[in-house]
Amino acid sequence: MTDKQTVALSINGESFDVTTDTRSTVLQVLREDLSLTGTKCGCNNGVCGSCTVLVDGEPMRACLMLAVAATDREITTIEGLEQDGALHPVQQAFIEHQGLQCGFCTPGMIISAKALLDRNPNPSPDEIRSELSGNLCRCTGYVKIAEAVLSLTGGAAG
Amino acid sequence: MSANLADNSQINDIIGASVPRIEGPEKATGRAVYTDDITRPGMLHAALLGGHYAHARILSIDTSRARALAGVKAVLTGADLPLNYIGMFIKDQLPLATDTVRYAGEPVAAVAAVDLKTAKQALQLVEVEYEELEPVFDVIKAMEPGAPVIHEKRDEYPCMFELPREPNAMCFTEFMEGDPNAVWDECDAIVEAEYRIPAQYHAYMEPSSTVAEMDGNGKITLWSSTQGVARSQMYTAMAMGLPMSKVRVIAPRIGGGFGGKCEFTNQPITALLARATGRPVKLTYSREDDMTMMKRRHGGVIYMKTGAAKDGTLLARDCRIVLDGGAYADESPEVSPVAAFFSRGPYRIPNMRAEAWAVYTNLSRASAFRGFGNPQATFASELQIDELAEKLDMDPFELRMRNALEQEDKFFCGKTIESATMSACLEKARDASGWEAKRTGGLPARPGKRRGIGMAGMTHISGLAGAGANVLLNEDGSVSLNCGAVDIGQGSDTIFTQIVAGSLALNMDQVNFAAPDTDSSPFQFQTAASRNTYVIGNAVKLASDDVREQIYRHAGEIFECGSADLELRQGGIVGVKGVPDAALPFAAVAGRALWERGGPIMGTHNWLYAPQERMDPKRMVLGGFALMPDSIGIFTFGAQVAEVEVDEVTGQVEVLEFWAAHDVGRAINTASVEGQIEGGIVQMLGYALTEEMLWDNGRMINPTMMDYKIPGMADVPLKIHTLLIETPEASAPFGAKGVGEICAVGPAPAVTNAIRNAIGVRINEIPATPERVLTAMQSADDAD
Repeated sequence: MTDKQTVALSINGESFDVTTDTRSTVLQVLREDLSLTGTKCGCNNGVCGSCTVLVDGEPMRACLMLAVAATDREITTIEGLEQDGALHPVQQAFIEHQGLQCGFCTPGMIISAKALLDRNPNPSPDEIRSELSGNLCRCTGYVKIAEAVLSLTGGAAG
Repeated sequence: MSANLADNSQINDIIGASVPRIEGPEKATGRAVYTDDITRPGMLHAALLGGHYAHARILSIDTSRARALAGVKAVLTGADLPLNYIGMFIKDQLPLATDTVRYAGEPVAAVAAVDLKTAKQALQLVEVEYEELEPVFDVIKAMEPGAPVIHEKRDEYPCMFELPREPNAMCFTEFMEGDPNAVWDECDAIVEAEYRIPAQYHAYMEPSSTVAEMDGNGKITLWSSTQGVARSQMYTAMAMGLPMSKVRVIAPRIGGGFGGKCEFTNQPITALLARATGRPVKLTYSREDDMTMMKRRHGGVIYMKTGAAKDGTLLARDCRIVLDGGAYADESPEVSPVAAFFSRGPYRIPNMRAEAWAVYTNLSRASAFRGFGNPQATFASELQIDELAEKLDMDPFELRMRNALEQEDKFFCGKTIESATMSACLEKARDASGWEAKRTGGLPARPGKRRGIGMAGMTHISGLAGAGANVLLNEDGSVSLNCGAVDIGQGSDTIFTQIVAGSLALNMDQVNFAAPDTDSSPFQFQTAASRNTYVIGNAVKLASDDVREQIYRHAGEIFECGSADLELRQGGIVGVKGVPDAALPFAAVAGRALWERGGPIMGTHNWLYAPQERMDPKRMVLGGFALMPDSIGIFTFGAQVAEVEVDEVTGQVEVLEFWAAHDVGRAINTASVEGQIEGGIVQMLGYALTEEMLWDNGRMINPTMMDYKIPGMADVPLKIHTLLIETPEASAPFGAKGVGEICAVGPAPAVTNAIRNAIGVRINEIPATPERVLTAMQSADDAD
């Protein structure tokens, strides 16, 4: 049970050599080995989306991806969105539009919203519904999350 | 109610503004700390072993192999724990099953180890020998003579009320006004049916979690995902046999609750592991453990019969509600009376009898869940109103209007209604949804679909229990509020900060909201019963007013004038009315108090929702419940409309648009009120259409988010229109009433009535899954 392995990871632009269990997921390495606890574990089953991170710019479930599989790939977590102390526009929009309540799904939701806007700066409401449907939220009813994302359409989000 | 009501005069424009959440930045950046994010030096990780059978005697538990595993620091079973039973109304539970397992998944052993992997490995080495007992899962069968007895010592448990005699019954309540049996003959239309409602999982996104640590003096500190720090403190102390003074509970950020984190979750067993090991222990449930070991909404069966005169006047109703309380009582002995209390809905029905049962079964524990028995009762009630309208050839809106409670009416069981706004809610929902045109003109559906529109009226309460608040003036003129209220996501930290800022003419960033902590916070019941804004808000408002009066006393001495001549100016300034130059910053007043006159300025107030007027005892045929439903709060009202489309081939229901009109008294934070209503609706669209905990021989067969489907963004409309009606409530802070639960009462019947309008068949069992809808459509086709 002590099979450990050192994995070279690039997270939010910083390099880490993490010695961890060979079966550790990206989520476990982030939360347990690196204390990057912004990424949440809601189901550990790839369903709820609370653990969504960007891997080479693509939204991925950190709970389903082995850390070794992330070697040589760039991981972006919620902690990596701020630039020079300024909130990312998606973060700002979620705050202003009250697109968050308990906040537990919020990091994953914001990551997914950023990925969507990077891919498609002008999503329609139906595209937002479809693209963010993999991130579950039990508090908001999604209306204000969609409003937050819509407020950024037109290329406003970086 | 307290005679000393808050001064509701508004000083600045912060009340009603959609101020962003004060904790928004930390949540949006991932810096918010939830319980599982906490690590303590030397911390161990815990896991629980769930019992294999729904009903079995524990013959033996061998933990020797588990204890021998390297890295394991403690293995506890029921035999290792004190026999301190806990529970809200019936003390029938132990942190670990002792002698008998009463639901599959009930914790039988707990392990603390150096890491989670080792703890889980140790669980596999625990050997439990069981003798299977006959289980009972059906509420009706559970009460039949000869049914398996779930709690052999039921009558010996410490209990706050008189238990019924029927087998496995934990609570029976009956209310009656008039006599329905005397008037059925006078009714021109009568509807009668049986309704089935599912067990719903709270599905807060953050699974239950606790970190416990014992200090050198034997005091336990808990960080826990809880809806009330004082409740977690009490149950932990009770289970450990300690005074509450030896237990401290701190609430970090909470990832949703909805009732599931009321009273206690896994605090007691985590604290017991910390005591056994002498080290900090973290216990975070996996999602599957949370779904099988934690709580849920009561499923059950409702029989209802309602009669009306030709003109639509409701004359009589008889109702029997049987709720599945699961293996332990928890809040059930209050949920079932509340269901009976709301079974008349927001209507006048002069002859009404309602009985409600909560019954033990060998399923997981049912508990508080947003609406607290009301969504179940209202589902049956609102379907019957629509069915009566059909029989009488009336518009269901008109039938509701004709019977809507008005100011001069009494609520079921005789209580006065503080402010009756039911008609206004109905009218607003009708107008906004385009009801008349859609209902009479029919709706254009896409090919292969049928479209329909449906309505529900609803009433609920806002209130319950006591609250305290301290507002401390800092030396620099800013203030700190400590009221012990737990924000589980609904936004109460921001609401209370607005109340303080609004009362003292401060800016939001001049008010600190102190984290709930039993070491420093005044006693606070918990986040429940739609009470935070109304009950705690009153304490916060009065404590703020207390600070203002103290500031005025100092300023009056300085300016040599009376309080009536003084005013607050925005940003923490006290001045003389009409004299712009006569002004002092709060800092000057705080400094004077601290160093020269009187000591620090501390505003303190408590408040209790305790109605002077009680239910008419003559109307209670049998009062076998713990808490009178008349002491739970002031009444709130709402009306909702759903427009749906049903697929003719698959039976799939899509909700296209939703309107919700709610009397909120006064919105303190408009966007937060909308957010509460939108969230409550979507949660209950899941209840209406997809959510159902399923068991096979007592084992839950869908204990994952994959198999238990809560709505995602693509499953619900973004067109959810919240229509706020603001009729300030005299007893409330700035007039604001709670809205967190009432919004969850109506969606299931509104959607089901819309389905009926679309396909012409009534669905009396939810969730209205494609299978159920299709079966209903086919049976209707066969009947044609």
